[in-house]
Amino acid sequence: MSDITSQSLFELISNIKEKKLSSEEITKAFINRAEKSKKLNVYVTDNFEKAIDQSKKFDSNPNLDFKLPGIPIAVKDLFCTNGVRTTAGSKILNNFVPTYESTVTQNLWSQGAILLGKLNCDEFAMGSSNETSFFGNVQNPVGENLVPGGSSGGSSAAVAANLTPVTIGTDTGGSIRQPASFTGTVGLKPTYGSCSRYGIVAFASSLDQAGPMTKNVRDCSMLLEVISSFDQKDSTSIDFKRNNYSKELSKDIKGKKIGIPKEYRVDNMPVEIEQLWQNGISYAKDCGAEIIDISLPHTNYALPTYYIVAPAEASSNLARYDGVKYGFRSPGQNLIEMYEKTRSEGFGDEVKRRIMIGTYVLSSGYYDAYYLKAQKVRQLIKKDFDNAFSKVDAILTPSTPSSAFKIGEKANDPVSMYLNDIFTVPINLAGLPGISIPAGKDKNNYPLGLQVIGKPFDEQNILNISYALEDKINFKNDISDWWLSE
Amino acid sequence: MSKNSEYLIERENKQYEVIIGLEVHAQVTSESKLFSQSSTKFGAEPNTQVSLVDAAFPGMLPVINEFCIEQAIKTGIGLKAKINKKSVFDRKNYFYADLPQGYQISQYKYPIVGEGKVILDMPNGQKEIGIERLHLEQDAGKSIHDIDPNNTLVDLNRSGVALMEIVSKPDLRSPDEVNVYIKKLRSIMRYLGTCDGNMQEGSLRADVNVSVRLKGETEFGTRCEIKNVNSIKFMQMAIISEANRQIDLLVEGKEIDQETRLFDTKRNETRSMRSKEDAHDYRYFPDPDLLPLEISQELIEKIKSDIPELPDEKKKRFIDKFNLSPYEATILVSDIETSNFFEEVIKNSDVKLATNWITGELFAVLNEKNLEISQSPVSAKNLSKLINLIKDGTISGKIAKTVFEQMIDGDQDPLIIVKEKGLKQESDPKVIEELINKVIENNSDKVAEYKSGKDKLFGFFVGQAMKESKGKGNPQLINKILKEKLNG
Repeated sequence: MSDITSQSLFELISNIKEKKLSSEEITKAFINRAEKSKKLNVYVTDNFEKAIDQSKKFDSNPNLDFKLPGIPIAVKDLFCTNGVRTTAGSKILNNFVPTYESTVTQNLWSQGAILLGKLNCDEFAMGSSNETSFFGNVQNPVGENLVPGGSSGGSSAAVAANLTPVTIGTDTGGSIRQPASFTGTVGLKPTYGSCSRYGIVAFASSLDQAGPMTKNVRDCSMLLEVISSFDQKDSTSIDFKRNNYSKELSKDIKGKKIGIPKEYRVDNMPVEIEQLWQNGISYAKDCGAEIIDISLPHTNYALPTYYIVAPAEASSNLARYDGVKYGFRSPGQNLIEMYEKTRSEGFGDEVKRRIMIGTYVLSSGYYDAYYLKAQKVRQLIKKDFDNAFSKVDAILTPSTPSSAFKIGEKANDPVSMYLNDIFTVPINLAGLPGISIPAGKDKNNYPLGLQVIGKPFDEQNILNISYALEDKINFKNDISDWWLSE
Repeated sequence: MSKNSEYLIERENKQYEVIIGLEVHAQVTSESKLFSQSSTKFGAEPNTQVSLVDAAFPGMLPVINEFCIEQAIKTGIGLKAKINKKSVFDRKNYFYADLPQGYQISQYKYPIVGEGKVILDMPNGQKEIGIERLHLEQDAGKSIHDIDPNNTLVDLNRSGVALMEIVSKPDLRSPDEVNVYIKKLRSIMRYLGTCDGNMQEGSLRADVNVSVRLKGETEFGTRCEIKNVNSIKFMQMAIISEANRQIDLLVEGKEIDQETRLFDTKRNETRSMRSKEDAHDYRYFPDPDLLPLEISQELIEKIKSDIPELPDEKKKRFIDKFNLSPYEATILVSDIETSNFFEEVIKNSDVKLATNWITGELFAVLNEKNLEISQSPVSAKNLSKLINLIKDGTISGKIAKTVFEQMIDGDQDPLIIVKEKGLKQESDPKVIEELINKVIENNSDKVAEYKSGKDKLFGFFVGQAMKESKGKGNPQLINKILKEKLNG
C-alpha cells in the first residue's frame, strides 16, 4: 500500500471499507504531515484534536454505507462551520465562530466525513494568488515562492501537497479552476444553483458556487455527488435531478462534439499553452470525440463585465461587516467613526478596492453606464454559450493564460492579476459548469490545466470528457516535498 | 367637493392650496418575518425574536415568506389595484446600526402592486385618491439612545418584519382628507386582515409629502417630505405647520428647497433633516440572493375569491338593504368589528333602533371608557334583546336607557333587569286612565288654565302622569288619553 496521504479519495474509501485502514490512521497521517508542512501556510485554523476524536468515534462503530466513511477533509475557510472559527481570510472575521453549518459542509459530515481544519484563501475570496489573505500567502507545493492560485489557494495547495485527500473550494470567477490549474489538481465549478450557498461567506451572490477540488476526476465525481443538493434555505438553489456522478462516470466519449472557441486564442498567450490546448484536442479526437470550431463573440467583454458585476454585489454583501454585531470592531467617538475605523482596519487593500469599484458602479449617474450595461453584456455572453451548445456538447479551453507565478510578482498590478481569470470568468457569468484538469507542464515544469465547459446541469458530461482526457494525458505532478520540516 | 369646503390657507389676500401625498408603511399581519421564520409578536424582550438571517450573519440568505406575498396581493386587490405578475426585490444600501445587512431589501423599479384607488367619504361627497403603488420591504431594527449614557443600544426584534409601503398620488388636499384617507386605508386592511393598523405599536406610520401653490395654479410646487410620522394627529399638525412654513417662504419671495424634514411634536414644527444634495445614494440593485417574484393568475384568482366584502360594498348594501342614511352607513362600516356587531344585533332586532343605539348610546360608552367595539361591555345579543323590549312596548326608550346603564356592568340580560326591577312599561289603558284621572283631580286649577288656552301646560300633565306611574307609563298611551280627557 502506498503512503496514506498520497492515496486518492477512492483508494482511501476502499481501504476503509476493506478494513485495511482505520479512520484514525488516516486522520493521524494527514495531521502528522500537516504538522511538518507549516511552511506552506495552508491552515488558518486546524481542527486536529476534534478530528482525531471523531475518527475514533467513527472507528468504534463504522458506517460503511456512507459515501465518505471516516474520511478527514479540510475545507476552504469561506464555509461557515459550527463551533469552528471561520475567517474568510479576513481580519474583520478574525475571531468569528459560527453557530451554524453551511449546507455544503453539512453534506460532507452527513456522509461520514470529518473536519480536519479550515484552509487559507484570499480575503473574502477576492484574489487569484492567495496573497490577499490576512493570514499570509500560501506556498504552492509545486515550487518555492510560487503562488498556489486563488482564491482557493490553501485548498489547491493542501490537495497537491497531500494534506487533505480532497477539499471543497468556492469559485466566483475561477477561484477553484485557476488554483487547480496552478497546482496540477482537478477543480470543478458546478452549474450555478447546484450547490447551496447557505452558510458560505458571500462574495458575489449571482456568481458564487462551491465545488470539489481533488487529485483526480473520479474523486471529483465522488465529492460532487455528496455536496450537490437542493436547499430551500438558498432561494437560488435549483431542484433538478442530480446524477450518481461517480457511478455513471465513463471514459466513453465517442461521438461527443467538443467545441473549440477561437476567441480563447488570446494575444501573448505562451506557446506552451497553445501546445497544451492542441494536445488536448488531439487526445479528444483519439477518444472518438468530434472537434468543432465555434465562436463565443462576446468573450472579450467577459472580464470587464465580471469586474463590474462581482464588485457591485460584493460592495453590498460586505456592508454587514460593520463592527456592530460580530467580528472585529475598532471603537470610535461616534457611529460613523466606528464604521470608518472598523472597515479601514478590518479589510485589506484588495477588498477595499473592490468595495470602492462596486460602490462606484452602483452609484446614481453611473448605474446605467456600468452595472446595467454589464448585466446586458452578461446576457449576451450567456447567449453566446447557448448558441454554441446548440452545436456542441462541451467546450475545451485552457484553464489559465499562464502557469503559476512568483509570490509578489503581480501583487502591485491588479489588472495583470485580474487577467488570470480571463478563461474562467465567462463560465461564472453564464452560470455553467466548468472543470479544470491538469494537462501538462510549462518550461519550468509548472503544471498547466485544461478547462472543459458544459451545458447547465451537464456535470456528468464534462466529468466523463475529463475522465477520458485524464487517462490519455496521464499527468504526474512532480512535487518534491521541499517544504517538509521534521 | 363644493367650493366652500376647500381647505385653503390665506396669506396677504392670496389663497394657497396644500398638496399632500402619503407613503404609508403598514406592517403586514403575519406570524413570521418577510425573509425569515422569526416571530413578529409585538412587545417581546429586546433581541429575542432575531434569527441569524435577521442579524445578517455571514452566509445567511433570505427566503421569501409566501404568506406576506399573499397579504400584499390581497391588499392590492382591496385597493382596486393592478397586481404585477412579475416584481423584483432590490437592495437599498445604507449604513445604520439597526440595519444589520447594511441594506434593506425593498422593491424599487418593479413593485408587486401598481396603480389603484381609495374612495373617501367626505362631508360633501365622495373623493377618489389615487394609489401610485404598493411594495414590500423589510423593516429595520430599533436604535435606543436613551438607556445607556455612553452607548446606543440596538433591538433587532423588528429587523426583517414585512412592511407594505403604500404610496398615494398627490391627490390629498387637506388635513381632514388625510385623516379620512388613513382611516379608510386602515379600515380596508383590517377588513382584509392584512394589517392591524395599530398605530401605538408602530404598525402604521407615514412619510408625508407636502407642497403648496397659489389657488388656481396647475403646476405643483416644490415638495418636502416629512419622515416617519406615527399618528393621524401628528400628520395633520405636521401638514399645517409645514404648509405654513412653505407659504411664509413664498410670501418672503424665497425658494423652497426640496428636502427631507422631521416633525418635532413638542414644538409643533418641522425641521430639516437633509437637503436634496445630501440625499442618500441608495445604490439600488436587484438582490442577487432572490429570484424575481413571479405570481400566477391562479394565485391571484384564489386570493380574489377569498376577499371579504369591503367597506365600500358593505356601505352600499347597508344603504340599499337597510335603508340607512349614507352617514349612518359610513359610520357603521368604518370598522369591520363595528359592522359585524351591527349585523349581529339586527339579526333579531329592528334596524333603525339598532343603528341609533349603536351609534348613540353604545359609542358614547365605548368613547368614555376608551374601548374598542370588540371589547364592548354589552354584547350584541343583549343589545338586540333590549331593542326588542323597546320595539314591543315592554319598556319605553327612557327606561331603556336606565336598563342599558345597568347592562354595561357585566353584560347583564335586559330581560332580567326589567323583571327584577319591575321596570316593565304600564300599557294597560285602564290603569293609565285611572292615574290620569288622579292627576286631573289634583290639579283642577291647571286644568282650568289649560282649557282657557294655556296649551303649554300639556307637558306638565304628561310629566305628572309619568311621575304618578313611577316612570313606567307608556308615553304614547299617556299622551293619547290625556288629550282625550283634556280636550274632550
